[in-house]
Amino acid sequence: MPVLRLSKDIYMQMVAHCLGGLPDEACGLLVGPYGGDEVDHIFATPNAAASAMIYQIDPREILRADRQAQALGFDIMGVFHSHTHTDAYPSPTDMAQALDPGWHYVLVSLRDSHPVVRSYLIADGAITEETVEVPGLEGPG
Amino acid sequence: MAVEVRLPTVLRTHAGGASVVSLDGATIGEVLGKLVAEYPGLAGHVVQEDGTLHKFVNIYVDDDDVRYLNGLDTPVPDGAEISILPAVAGG
Repeated sequence: MPVLRLSKDIYMQMVAHCLGGLPDEACGLLVGPYGGDEVDHIFATPNAAASAMIYQIDPREILRADRQAQALGFDIMGVFHSHTHTDAYPSPTDMAQALDPGWHYVLVSLRDSHPVVRSYLIADGAITEETVEVPGLEGPG
Repeated sequence: MAVEVRLPTVLRTHAGGASVVSLDGATIGEVLGKLVAEYPGLAGHVVQEDGTLHKFVNIYVDDDDVRYLNGLDTPVPDGAEISILPAVAGG
């Protein structure tokens, strides 16, 4: 199974950003080596759709994240977003708009009291789940 | 006008892996035409057959979205950085 590695700090930032976005979905970009499996940092963005059903990242935010990534010798390597009332699994809307087979698509489900973080590769309409490794994080993701 | 075009990761496989391509052109449309001439695999991925921008990309000249300027007719200043950005959205 492919792997996505996050530091505990990045994991906590991502979950906190998602909780902070409630009741809407929250989102952000993953920065690191494109096609690699280790996230260097996240770029939390507003949800331009301001919706509990969909998310959208303003291209201006994507440009800012891309420039920041470039300055560090990285690229945008994926995206994360929350599902407020459903599983941490790509929805049909997610599938239809998952464009980059090299990106990691991270889902944070806030349905239950404990956030659930899972990650996927999406290529040619096929979903492959990957293991999310967060060294030092206690208990199930 | 000499400009640099930054490609999103999803399109780099169609451009021999390049992340930045240096091109000439007076307008966005001209620059993108030359980009596709150099990398025919990009045809249809940025500008559609009907001549409009693909809905899954946004094009910026430096800090401005060309959709809010003159679209493909937007002039490009010498040394401008043109960014082709992927649309990022879902449900």
